[in-house]
Amino acid sequence: MAAIFQGVGAATALSPSNSIASKKFQLPTRRSVSARKRGIVLVRSDGSLNLGLNSRGRRDQPLITNAVATKSDGSAASTASKSGHEILLFEALQEGLEEEMDRDPRVCVMGEDVGHYGGSYKVTKGLAEKFGDLRVLDTPIAENSFTGMGIGAAMTGLRPVVEGMNMGFLLLAFNQISNNCGMLHYTSGGQFTIPIVIRGPGGVGRQLGAEHSQRLESYFQSIPGIQMVACSTPYNAKGLMKAAIRSENPVILFEHVLLYNLKERIPDEDYICNLEEAEMVRPGEHVTILTYSRMRYHVMQAAKTLVNKGYDPEVIDIRSLKPFDLYTIGNSVKKTHRVLIVEECMRTGGIGASLTAAINENFHDYLDAPIVCLSSQDVPTPYAGTLEEWTVVQPAQIVTAVEQLCK
Amino acid sequence: MATAFSAAKFGTQFFPVGTRSHENPLFGHLKTPACSFLGSTRRLRFSSASKLNQINSHRRSVVVAVSDVVKEKKSKSTSNLFLLLFIPAHSIQLITKEEGLELYEDMILGRAFEDMCAQMYYRGKMFGFVHLYNGQEAVSTGFIKLLKKEDSVVSTYRDHVHALSKGVPARAVMSELFGKTTGCCRGQGGSMHMFSKEHNLLGGFAFIGEGIPVATGAAFTSKYRREVLKEADCDHVTLAFFGDGTCNNGQFFECLNMAALWKLPIVFVVENNLWAIGMSHLRATSDPQIYKKGPAFGMPGIHVNGMDVLKVRAVAQTAIARARSGEGPTLVECETYRFRGHSLADPDELRDPAEKAHYAARDPITALKKYLIENNLATEVELKAIDKKIEEVVEDAVEFADESPHPTRSQLLENVFADPKGFGIGPDGRYRCEDPKFTEGTAQV
Repeated sequence: MAAIFQGVGAATALSPSNSIASKKFQLPTRRSVSARKRGIVLVRSDGSLNLGLNSRGRRDQPLITNAVATKSDGSAASTASKSGHEILLFEALQEGLEEEMDRDPRVCVMGEDVGHYGGSYKVTKGLAEKFGDLRVLDTPIAENSFTGMGIGAAMTGLRPVVEGMNMGFLLLAFNQISNNCGMLHYTSGGQFTIPIVIRGPGGVGRQLGAEHSQRLESYFQSIPGIQMVACSTPYNAKGLMKAAIRSENPVILFEHVLLYNLKERIPDEDYICNLEEAEMVRPGEHVTILTYSRMRYHVMQAAKTLVNKGYDPEVIDIRSLKPFDLYTIGNSVKKTHRVLIVEECMRTGGIGASLTAAINENFHDYLDAPIVCLSSQDVPTPYAGTLEEWTVVQPAQIVTAVEQLCK
Repeated sequence: MATAFSAAKFGTQFFPVGTRSHENPLFGHLKTPACSFLGSTRRLRFSSASKLNQINSHRRSVVVAVSDVVKEKKSKSTSNLFLLLFIPAHSIQLITKEEGLELYEDMILGRAFEDMCAQMYYRGKMFGFVHLYNGQEAVSTGFIKLLKKEDSVVSTYRDHVHALSKGVPARAVMSELFGKTTGCCRGQGGSMHMFSKEHNLLGGFAFIGEGIPVATGAAFTSKYRREVLKEADCDHVTLAFFGDGTCNNGQFFECLNMAALWKLPIVFVVENNLWAIGMSHLRATSDPQIYKKGPAFGMPGIHVNGMDVLKVRAVAQTAIARARSGEGPTLVECETYRFRGHSLADPDELRDPAEKAHYAARDPITALKKYLIENNLATEVELKAIDKKIEEVVEDAVEFADESPHPTRSQLLENVFADPKGFGIGPDGRYRCEDPKFTEGTAQV
């Protein structure tokens, strides 16, 4: 099993279109289920917000997801139409960023090596040549200050996208992110908005060592006033990037070092993904598995085994780490009555811990068993490959956990 | 006294960076066995402060800015150099009557307001940390009165007077201090977070140093608008105010670097009042001459007497003009003093009474008053009228604040997100923000 994860470049192994859903289970997704209930599929291409009474309708727009997806979001365009184009995840991020920069001249990028170098993960490749050195700004190595600079620019009318070369480096910017990014809209009594996007790769990589393998979502989640999203497929990477840039709130977009080379076919037309919604990856009946980012793939790997063993797991990629999409999650809990959370954060104080609390609070009556949360060990990520493997949750553990849960 | 001596020695010579001769007085004193720890407070009697003044006059003979950007000749007094550029002799008027009265009024407003704050605090009308600006009015007035409305100001927690100088009404500031909804930040910011979009006051920051990057960002926007968005007439300048303690903070240096690198239209104004709560600037800083840190990053560094509003204004004119024309940032160190403690909770026991008396004698308001009268720019009567007018303004502000309502429960969650969809989707499928109970604050979150 480890072999599959050696080369993330082996895109076929991990591409969402290979997920179990596309072949055997062409079940309606949550979206089309709700469509059947309502009788209509609302598609709005102009991105306008409809504050009508039909709240569910409003949530579905302006997502062109509906236009192409009567299937699960992950395999959207691949089976529906032959249109669309194949793209790697980092290219999808770049595409989203470029489209937004074309669309709005106030969107600019700041970070280390984003300009001439094209970004250390090539997410900003080609942008400096196209938009110039001021719009794609190569900053000195001063995270706290250039993040603060991004915040000041956002307050005065620009829409910056600040890149942390590695999410861990943003620990140096914690002062600005907590105090200014999250709070200034409030402490100024609503006078200043901070439409900033802070993004970067995090998570446990391939023997990168403890400091380059950090998961900052657990540290940032308490900061009031920010939103956090995590992308996991080229489709939602582009969609979330665009939505984050268009949002008036400060958004932190978590990417993962190992997912940049995932390949998927995504639509040609303009689309965004809703920042507050979770993604149904694989509908099921027996157990709800909540996950995000790289662990989605470990879960889907485990799902194959589980299906062979006769289980029917429902897999939801929560995508929105703050706030949680309690509707999607709640509906799933009400259906399956068993919850397994699989995350990459540490055991203590991670996203899983918060999610466990939120589900217990809101859906306690629907649970037939205590929530199981599989997280990484509370250990600085070791360099040695074998040790590193044991710090994160592996598919075998997920299978065991589901078997235990479904006894 | 070793510190003062070594600083004095250093002041008379200029050492190129990298000199490490055994005669280097910068390190010499460290080898003296009799030298006591630099942190000893007993050395900080007023005499060392007077040494500082002597050092200043020595300093002014040192080259001020060594960058290629600005080349200065040695002169008797740095601040006088800039005065010389504009005003060759003392007899020529530095300001017109209108300007003089404007400056006077602004400083009186600052002083009267802060005094009223102290009264109100002790009467239990405002709480928390309140930092008063008494004594430093010359810096705020000298700089901010030269700005246009579109120019931005970024301050620290000692921001009431910056807000007033920038044009935020006294009523709005006082209401904010009382925590009422009519405050400039709806009561949500408080003393340390004064913001005004209308007047381009970008805060109000509680942690020192964290406003400097924000100011750098505002300056960046100005440059971006001119060069990327092609708004040719956008020449907005940003002023960043901060203290001597902040000049040892990383964000200060990082922003000096970036501002100089990209020639951002910003002026870094150091309000060096020699004390960071109870920490003397001399005990905290290896080289206490802050203005020298400008040239290290490629921008001019200017030292000016911050108790003299006309000198400050003259220096400010150069710095702001430099920024506006796109030549880049300037570091201005204003030597000033706060007459009160760090905050209203500070007993202010560490500072030498002689030092306080020395600076009290150089009260900027008294100095300007004297100047206006001696140069026949205003009469006592006119100035008294301004005093009276300001007294009324401040009292009106207090009355307004007293009568204003407290925030209601429904205000609690209102400004957390610019787009309240950020609160997420509730279990019922609707966005939380649509639930009227949520906005009223009675829903279970």
